[in-house]
Amino acid sequence: MIRLFQFLSVCALILGLSAVSPAQAQPLRLQITEGVIEPMPFAMPAFVAENSAGGQYSDALARVVAANLSNTGLFREVPPQAHIARISSFDAGVNYSDWRAINVQALITGAVSVSGNRMTVKFRLFDVLTGQQVGQGLQFAGTTDSWRRMAHKVADAVYSRITGESGYFDSRVVFISESGSRENRTRRLAIMDQDGENVQFLTDGRAMVVGPAISRSGERILYTTYETGTPRIALMNTQTGQRQLVGDIPGAQVFSPRFTPDGSGLVFSAARGGNTDLYRMTLGTGQIQQLTSSPAIATAPSFSPDGRFITFESDRSGTSQIYIMPASGGEAQRISFGQGRYNTPVWSPRGDLIAFTKQNAGRFHIGVMRRDGSEERLLTASFLDESPTWAPNGRVIMFTREAQGGNPSLYSVDITGRNLRRVPTPGPASDPSWGPLLP
Amino acid sequence: MNLMSRSLLLVACLALAACNNPRAGGTFGSGGADGFGNDGFFDAGITTGNLGDPNDPRSVAHFQQRIGDRVFFTVDSSSLTEEGRSTLREQARWLNTNTQFSIVMEGHADERGTRDYNIALGERRANAAMQFLISQGVSANRMRVVSYGKDRPVEACAAQRCWDINRRAVTAISGVSG
Repeated sequence: MIRLFQFLSVCALILGLSAVSPAQAQPLRLQITEGVIEPMPFAMPAFVAENSAGGQYSDALARVVAANLSNTGLFREVPPQAHIARISSFDAGVNYSDWRAINVQALITGAVSVSGNRMTVKFRLFDVLTGQQVGQGLQFAGTTDSWRRMAHKVADAVYSRITGESGYFDSRVVFISESGSRENRTRRLAIMDQDGENVQFLTDGRAMVVGPAISRSGERILYTTYETGTPRIALMNTQTGQRQLVGDIPGAQVFSPRFTPDGSGLVFSAARGGNTDLYRMTLGTGQIQQLTSSPAIATAPSFSPDGRFITFESDRSGTSQIYIMPASGGEAQRISFGQGRYNTPVWSPRGDLIAFTKQNAGRFHIGVMRRDGSEERLLTASFLDESPTWAPNGRVIMFTREAQGGNPSLYSVDITGRNLRRVPTPGPASDPSWGPLLP
Repeated sequence: MNLMSRSLLLVACLALAACNNPRAGGTFGSGGADGFGNDGFFDAGITTGNLGDPNDPRSVAHFQQRIGDRVFFTVDSSSLTEEGRSTLREQARWLNTNTQFSIVMEGHADERGTRDYNIALGERRANAAMQFLISQGVSANRMRVVSYGKDRPVEACAAQRCWDINRRAVTAISGVSG
């Protein structure tokens, strides 16, 4: 059985000691919508080991929290070597002047204790400039093999308190891990933490697989497999290990599957007789409904978060463009009108933006636009960028980038177009699908 | 029909044929694994078969090496070129003579597009080639389509030379029909 989501009972205990009221927490604030030019300096000293078994995690936890925050581009770590003060007790008062002296604005302190395979992690956040604690302390409890998740939860809480947005660090990404020559590629379905850690392979590579989509609950994955010789859609439950083929349409190539937001069904493409249309299937009944019937390509569907609309690409106008139609089918409205071709529209989990791939003048871009097609912005440009997927908070996009003559890799960029980063993977990787923030 | 038995005879043929395809010149030969990646049955792993003599017009080797097992397309198009029609006419003549074979029509795209779109485009190309064979009297019952999109290039070199040979429909002789 694949044990994807390690058991983590997170008791978000509020540590009342020396806490201040939330109203006083306001000064430590980042507005991330406009992009941040000057990242906020923070300090993340090693977690205080509250017993000897906790000692081995002191530094590791701090490094994961710091890496998460630094990787957003919104924060800049003042490294431990530069610290003047040493946090030796989690509950002792903070000497703010020691942190002001090295220009730290946000101070995070933590503590860890381990008993057997159980682990408890605590943290507090301080606004150094105003000399106040931000919010109350939090405590997470779980097993030691989920220690990275607890560090992600600390980082999510810090990110959320400072930006006012929900975090995205304790989340996972499904992708295709590639190996072998380009002409005879092995492609395996894989899942990893959003920072590239804890990679697990979900298929063995014997059959070609492409284009996975993770459910909003994070437990199920749809993907296209060539295991029968033609493209078919597989549904995998990562909790139970169960797998089945779904969405069979006789004589058709079926591909490009996506879950409905409530997970009760899927929408996908079926190509037959030179024509590709969108279909919707209810998983409980197996009932299949045709959503489009244009003599053109309709593919790469994506639901609005409320499940009422589907955005997709179609070349019915002559070139690929982005359309929106009701989730039950019906008249589609074109929303992309710029130069070039538009593909792979993906609705933001916040509902406000649609990310897409754009091909123009021999270059590929990841961009975003509003749902009416206005305010188009291109975030990237390269030889080949494609397959955008949204972080659960709708602030970061991960995508596939392929340098000319190179291998595909995963990259992330924030919605302001800043902070382009390569996401580490064990080898060439493509087709990311970013799962939910884990509970 | 069982996948293994279908692929038994002819997988090896595809590999060798690609090397000698007159339309491709020497281009396909350099990669070594050419053809294996295209036939769709590589996973079956059985590559025993009799290629026949390309000088024998009834041989599969003749189909692949003399007639040519593939046709090419321009960017984002599924329209058959005049050269493609000519190849397909000869393919149809061979298939109408050698009625014991069934075929898989593979559709492929170059890498300059998104994955889903290219699967759809590959299906269009395979369908265009298949419909032409049907118009030439080849029974639809002997054919099925598979689109690989951009994921089974003949050669990946990130240059025009490769993109041109990757935009193709390949008539893969998949086994003895019926």
